[in-house]
Amino acid sequence: MRYEMRFSGVGGQGNMLAAMIVSEAAIYFGNKHACYVPTYTSQVRGGPTKADIIISDAPILYSEANNIDYFMSLHPKTYKMYKSDSKQGSIIVVDMNMVQVTEEDKKNFRVYELPIVETARNKVGNVITANIVSLGITAKLIDAVSEEGLLKAVERRVPPKFLELNRKAFEIGMSLVK
Amino acid sequence: MKRTVVANGNEMVVEGAIDAGCRFFAGYPITPSSEIAEGMAKRLPKIGGVFLQMEDEIASVACAIGGSLGGKKSMTASSGPGISLKQEGIGLACMAEIPLVIINVMRGGPSTGLPTRIAQADVMQARWGTHGDHPVVAICPATVKECYTETIRAFNIAEELRTPVYVLTDAFLAHLSEKVELPDGKELKIVNRKRPSVKPEDYYPYDTGFGDVPPIADYFSGYRFHVTGLNHDKTGFPDINPVLQESEEERLINKVLRRQEKIATYENYKIEDADIVIVAYGSNALGAKEAVDSARKAGIKAGLFRPITIWPFPSIALQQVAASAKHIIVTEVNLGQMVYEIERIILGGRAVTEIKNGNLIFDTRHPRSSADLTTVLQANGTPIRPNQILSRIKEVA
Repeated sequence: MRYEMRFSGVGGQGNMLAAMIVSEAAIYFGNKHACYVPTYTSQVRGGPTKADIIISDAPILYSEANNIDYFMSLHPKTYKMYKSDSKQGSIIVVDMNMVQVTEEDKKNFRVYELPIVETARNKVGNVITANIVSLGITAKLIDAVSEEGLLKAVERRVPPKFLELNRKAFEIGMSLVK
Repeated sequence: MKRTVVANGNEMVVEGAIDAGCRFFAGYPITPSSEIAEGMAKRLPKIGGVFLQMEDEIASVACAIGGSLGGKKSMTASSGPGISLKQEGIGLACMAEIPLVIINVMRGGPSTGLPTRIAQADVMQARWGTHGDHPVVAICPATVKECYTETIRAFNIAEELRTPVYVLTDAFLAHLSEKVELPDGKELKIVNRKRPSVKPEDYYPYDTGFGDVPPIADYFSGYRFHVTGLNHDKTGFPDINPVLQESEEERLINKVLRRQEKIATYENYKIEDADIVIVAYGSNALGAKEAVDSARKAGIKAGLFRPITIWPFPSIALQQVAASAKHIIVTEVNLGQMVYEIERIILGGRAVTEIKNGNLIFDTRHPRSSADLTTVLQANGTPIRPNQILSRIKEVA
């Protein structure tokens, strides 16, 4: 088993943290090999960010994802920049209010267009939980880590004060995938 | 007991330094090395060590040299422009023979360049960055685990040789996070500097009567120790006697060269029957390994030679591998730096073993290689992908 993933967006959205949580879920709660490679720019907030995760039964050598099974994007700029490494037929999840997916992409990939940031703001009640909403969606869509393991990995990372808020974000995220 | 951790390259450098006995760090934060300063700031005060953030990189390397003179294993860390600023201090540590570890998390350049992106373009700076003839040791870890083990080795070499040692990582490895199994603390080999065994009145800080690496006294321990960047005699005070200075300059270079077989470590991967030999170092070697695996699956006899220490370069080991190879492919994340050294080593068939009375002494046991030499180079801020190396393997196969 080898599963390659990429989370992308702009600095401040929490995409790198989301990706780190996925890799930790695979290691701590899935007993898998996993690596996590974040990249950002000197612009920090508002600059393009991407984070790659590879989950595998075998040790991983080269750790940048370049044959991607699952791509999440919360920004049109990074959607265009980082989509090209996705496999034919792979999963692409975008925030439907930010990223416009072309008809061609819809043919080539299994595209999920979901209101991620809007859900975080209006249904969870805090826009900064958008990355955890993303993780709820991810939990529902992938088999490389379990739903339970991913939630545990979220709980491991968030401050106790915000535990309930993040659990709620995760669950609402899961419910977005029909 | 073995420990399993999930950490990135920068965090493992910190753990390696702490376990090697580093108790003094002076630095100035810069991307992508900042987590090293952050980690040392968190860890050192809890274990009786000192962390100092100085006003700039020049001050921080000077401060780390001071820490080492005070008897503490010392380290500084930086990247790109910060390493350029540290060059003067590194020369002082070479000349005054002060153990010091310098971490350079390589990023794109020149100038501020690509602060958050991978490069391996400081390998020649590590060799020749500070002015004057000087010894250098530089180590290039390839994995997160090696960021730990090779940082420990860097301290050991610095202590044993009384000289600065570079650890060259890169922006990719610094932030790559994975599961790492660390060795049992009891299994670690830790080297401590040789301190004087004579009474203070009989001590000279550069007394070669005790060998080519004279014992070093801690400041404020009652031993007289004058430190200068000027050429000096055994007392540490300035001297311009050409006979003494020639032998002293040569001693500085030779203390590394004469130990190169021990220091210049490397890895041979699927090399025994390889017609095509990839030479790669640092994190770039992992992509090269994947390319070798793919080539082998396609029935191509490819292998990897990976210098772990790049200065001194494991020349003889490379010559042995190159002697039977048909093609050598050098890959590095820059526009051609180590390739010139590699070309000299394999095509020239010579390896320097020491310098004696102005003569370079060569080991000429190994024939010149007749292998064809090509490169896979890239300096765009992204890592070289296994496919790029595999394509070149297939081209030459």
